[in-house]
Amino acid sequence: MKNLLKIGWQTVRKPSGYYSLGALVIGGFIAGIIFWGGFNTALEVTNTEAFCISCHEMEDNVYEEMKTTIHFSNRSGVRATCPDCHVPHAWTDKIARKMQASKEVWGMLFGTIDTREKFLAHRRGLAENEWRRLKANDSLECRNCHNFDYMDFTEQSERASYQHSTALADGEKTCIDCHKGIAHQLPNMKGVEGW
Amino acid sequence: MKKLNLAVIASLLVVAVSPIMYSLNANAADKETINSVATLRDATPIDVQKEPNAIPKVVNKDIKQGRNYPMQPPVIPHTTRSYEVNKNNNKCMSCHSRHRTEKTQAPMVSVTHYMNRDGNFLAEVSPRRYFCNQCHVTQLDAKPLVENTFTDMHSLMKEKSKANKH
Ligand code: HEC
Ligand code: HEC
Ligand code: HEC
Repeated sequence: MKNLLKIGWQTVRKPSGYYSLGALVIGGFIAGIIFWGGFNTALEVTNTEAFCISCHEMEDNVYEEMKTTIHFSNRSGVRATCPDCHVPHAWTDKIARKMQASKEVWGMLFGTIDTREKFLAHRRGLAENEWRRLKANDSLECRNCHNFDYMDFTEQSERASYQHSTALADGEKTCIDCHKGIAHQLPNMKGVEGW
Repeated sequence: MKKLNLAVIASLLVVAVSPIMYSLNANAADKETINSVATLRDATPIDVQKEPNAIPKVVNKDIKQGRNYPMQPPVIPHTTRSYEVNKNNNKCMSCHSRHRTEKTQAPMVSVTHYMNRDGNFLAEVSPRRYFCNQCHVTQLDAKPLVENTFTDMHSLMKEKSKANKH
C-alpha cells in the first residue's frame, strides 16, 4: 500500500517527458472546463422546482399551500418558483446556501418532518431561518423580481403606497418585515415583530 | 255525521288546491319576477348550462364606506387575499390592534372588541370577537342581485318631521 502511494506521488512530481508544456496547459484547461461545467450543471439540476418538490415533505406542505397564492397564478402569468425566492443568484451565496441545504437532505433521510404534524411543529424554526436570511440580504430574492426603483406608487393601493413610500423608502424596513407568509401559510407568530 | 265529514274534506281540498290554481293564474309579469328572484340562472332553460358571470373584483380603494345603521360593522375597504385568521395568527390585528395602529395608520378595532360578555375589559381581543370575517366583509364591485329597499333610520325620521310640518 505504502509503496503504491509512493509510486503515485513520484509520477505526479516527475516532470513530464512525453508531452509539451503547452499541451498540458491546454489539456488541463479543457478538463477544468468540463469538470466545472459538470459541477454547475449538477448544481443547476438541484436548482429547479421539480427537484425541490421531489420529496413529499415539500410537495405536500409548502408547494400545496403556494398554489393558492399570487406567486403561483396571477394576471401577469409570471410564476415564482422555489429557487427564485430561496436560492441566491450570486455563485458564492448559492454555494453557501447549498451547503446549508445538505443538512435539510439529512433531515429528510431521517424523517425529521415526514408528517404534516412534524412539519408544523418545526415550521416556526424553518420560517425564522428564511426571515433571518432575507432580512440580512435586504430581501435580495424579492428584489430580483420586484424593483423598488420601478414601483409606480400611483398604481398601488393606498395602503401599499403609504408603507412603501415611508418605511420601505427610507430603508427602515425591508420586504420581508412586512410581507411574511407571502407564499406559504404562517407558523404561530406570537412574539414576532409586527404581529 | 257523514255529511259533515265530507264537507270538511271538501273544504280542505279547496284550501290546498287554491294556491296552486292561483299560481297557475298568476300573470306573466309576476312570473317573470318570480323567475328572476328565485334563481340566479335568469331565464336559462332548465336543460341548458348558464354561461357563468364574470367574477367581480374586490373593491380595494381604501376609502371608508358609510354605515346604514349605527351598529353596523364597518365593511372592509381593501382586499384580504391570503390573510390568515386562524388558531395561529390574526393578520387583521397586525394592523388594526392598538399597538400597531400608529405604524400602520389603520383604524383601531373598537373597544367593544376587548370586552367579554360581562362587559369587563380584557388585555387582548375577546375570543368572541377574534374571527373578524364573521362581521366584517370585503365588498365586490358588482350589481346587486335583488333590489334593496332598506331605508335608513335618519331618512325615515326626516320624512316624518317633514310630513308633520305640513
Ligand atoms: C419570480 C419573480 C418573483 C419573486 C422572486 C417574488 N415575487 Fe412577488 N410577485 C411576483 C409577481 C409576478 C406578482 C404578481 C403581479 C401581479 O400580477 O399583480 C407578485 C406579487 C407580489 C405581491 C402582491 C400581492 C397581492 O396580493 O397583490 C407581493 C406583496 C409580493 N409579490 C411580495 C414578494 C416578496 C415579499 C417576495 C420575496 C420573498 C417576492 N414577492 C418575490 C413575482 C415575484
Ligand atoms: C413597511 C411595510 C412594507 C414594506 C417594508 C414593504 N411592503 Fe409591500 N405592501 C405593504 C402593505 C401594507 C401593502 C398592502 C397590503 C397588502 O398587500 O397586504 C403592500 C403591498 C405590496 C404589493 C401589492 C401592491 C398593491 O397595489 O397592493 C406588492 C407587489 C408589494 N407590497 C411588494 C413589496 C416589495 C417587493 C417590498 C420590498 C422591496 C415591499 N413590498 C416592502 C407593506 C410593506
Ligand atoms: C414568493 C417567494 C417564495 C416562493 C416562490 C417560495 N417560497 Fe418558501 N418561503 C418564502 C418565505 C418568505 C418564507 C419564510 C416564511 C414565511 O414568511 O412564510 C418561506 C418559507 C419556506 C419554508 C420553511 C417553512 C415555512 O413554511 O415557513 C420552506 C420549507 C419553503 N419555504 C419551501 C418552499 C418550496 C418547496 C417552494 C416551491 C414550491 C417555495 N418555498 C416557494 C418565500 C417563498
